[in-house]
Amino acid sequence: MTTAAHPVAGRRLTANHLGIAVLLTAAYGVIPFAGSDYLLDAVLTPFLALALAALGLNLLTGYAGQVSLGSAAFLAVGAYAAYNFNLRVHELPFLVSLVAAGRVAAAVGVGFGLPSLRLRGFYLAVSTLAAQFFVQWALTKFGWFSNDSPSGVIDAPPLAVAGITFSGAVGRYLFSLTVVVISTLLAIRLLRSQVGRNFIALRDNETAAKVIGVPLLRTKLLAFGVSSFIVGIAGVLWAFAYLRTVEPAGFNLDRSFGILFIIIIGGLASIRGAVLGAAFMVVFPLLLSRLGAALLGDIFNSGVLEMSQRIVIGALIIGLLIAEPRGLIALVDRLAEPILRRFSRPLSRSTQS
Amino acid sequence: MSLVATSGGDALVLARTHERAAEAAREAEAAPPAAEAALVGGAPVPVLQLEGISLSFGGITALDGIDLAVANGEIRAIIGPNGAGKSSLLNVVSGLYRPDRGMVRLGSERFAHVPTSRLAALGVARTFQNLALFKGLPVLDNVITGFVHRRRAGFVRQILSTPQARREEAESRAASEDVIAFLHLDAVKHQLAGGLPYGVQKRVELARALVARPQLLLLDEPLAGVTLGEKQELAAHISNTRDAYGTTIVLIEHDIGVVMGLSDRIAVLDYGRKIADGTPDEVRSDQAVIDAYLGVAHEGETELVV
Repeated sequence: MTTAAHPVAGRRLTANHLGIAVLLTAAYGVIPFAGSDYLLDAVLTPFLALALAALGLNLLTGYAGQVSLGSAAFLAVGAYAAYNFNLRVHELPFLVSLVAAGRVAAAVGVGFGLPSLRLRGFYLAVSTLAAQFFVQWALTKFGWFSNDSPSGVIDAPPLAVAGITFSGAVGRYLFSLTVVVISTLLAIRLLRSQVGRNFIALRDNETAAKVIGVPLLRTKLLAFGVSSFIVGIAGVLWAFAYLRTVEPAGFNLDRSFGILFIIIIGGLASIRGAVLGAAFMVVFPLLLSRLGAALLGDIFNSGVLEMSQRIVIGALIIGLLIAEPRGLIALVDRLAEPILRRFSRPLSRSTQS
Repeated sequence: MSLVATSGGDALVLARTHERAAEAAREAEAAPPAAEAALVGGAPVPVLQLEGISLSFGGITALDGIDLAVANGEIRAIIGPNGAGKSSLLNVVSGLYRPDRGMVRLGSERFAHVPTSRLAALGVARTFQNLALFKGLPVLDNVITGFVHRRRAGFVRQILSTPQARREEAESRAASEDVIAFLHLDAVKHQLAGGLPYGVQKRVELARALVARPQLLLLDEPLAGVTLGEKQELAAHISNTRDAYGTTIVLIEHDIGVVMGLSDRIAVLDYGRKIADGTPDEVRSDQAVIDAYLGVAHEGETELVV
């Protein structure tokens, strides 16, 4: 109803929609046929899982303003819960165990979100570390979670939905893509509703939110729950579609930091930022190793790669926090604006006529 | 709305009346105690009554036995020098502070500590001295959020956009558009609140407080820090608000000139005590006020910054 009165908003929507349509067409129509197994298996599938995890954390940290350092714990909860549902409940469709795993992660997230009712900022961040260490410890300590396999390693069952098995690089990629697209759409709907406004109200001014009547307790726990649900689903993708053999040690603090860095680099409180940040974090090490090998040859081994990767990412985070706290996506938007304006001029004219 | 829907079989002539009844019911639902209390026996029962409110911070007395009664539909100013306890008083009324002694009566309910989370449901809204907008939300969304306490649909319903969620969203959006038009904010309604000029942000905060049509509106220094032109404009908006919506308004202010013209009654605080309470003329000629607050009376000076 506002498109006519506000051509700016309408125009941006059109450009956005167009971009999303192009992306989805490429993702479903071109990449599965044109992409190599390496691209699908080692680049795109982990990218999708990380993008979804970052989206989940962004809901909590970027939108609702509650810092969390325990994302990897919720990835692990999702992965191990799905494994156990699949193992222990016979004939349970995989989609059901996927959603159930998300719900388990949400429940654990709400539990570890309880301190947020009293703590904020740095203190809350430290308390979410408890989730990180507790979950990793519990999964290693209690053999039941991994069906008594040594050091808690689990092997992923095949991804089968309605009789179709998503095997091979293409199948796992398509499965991940679909899960990510649906989850993202639901997250966007949530953010556009009053709940999304409540998240931002909570982040921007807790006292004012309380006075107005935003239910603080419920909103905070909901943010933890929804965020952990999405991160849990991402954990299932990470474990079942990407790695296919995981152990609790893989969901360590480094992983949690990695997801936090994705949203800081990509852009806090931006869904596109989470996706862009995940793409950056997956592609950047590959580019760096190619570049390093080309420039320095044999000296640039894996040790040097990892070191230089950390240095560059660390420098980038500091640089971004100072120069553009809204992340890479804000830079991209600024660069794209003049181009979009040129493209959208005929579009807006056609809507007026 | 639901009242209108269930009376679908009634004659069309009645529809209007029903709609009005529904409106009244909805308003009463927002502030049931205040609305009922205002009608008791026809006598003007105060919307807000403070009974012996005392508050101290670590031995320093902020408020000392304050009594105050605010009648339905009046604009009541609370003035006083810096540190007189004006903001503390507002924080007690909105439940952000718990008084050491005394009771706050909102309509027919009495509280030793006003429950802040129920404040909006009690029909009370407030603004803050140093702007408390949600900077990352557009103006329209800030205002819509002022309606949040009336919403019942849970998050699943909101994601799925069930009829209930859609109806609530439409209601709060319509109410917000109304109040945005009333305060002349149409031109900026899609802009982020954080990027607007200070005076406009003040108006947005007023809109957010007004959207749910509160019975009682508390304004903490609504005119501080804006230009003279904006000051007159905001003062006009405040008195229009009372005239259009019948809102009872309690405002804290430094600016004596504007307050004198705007308020029906003025209470004066000094060192946490109420030293005067009356019409602007009474307060102006009160010797205690002149001594404590105005100092030497300056004839013809409209603005006095303390």
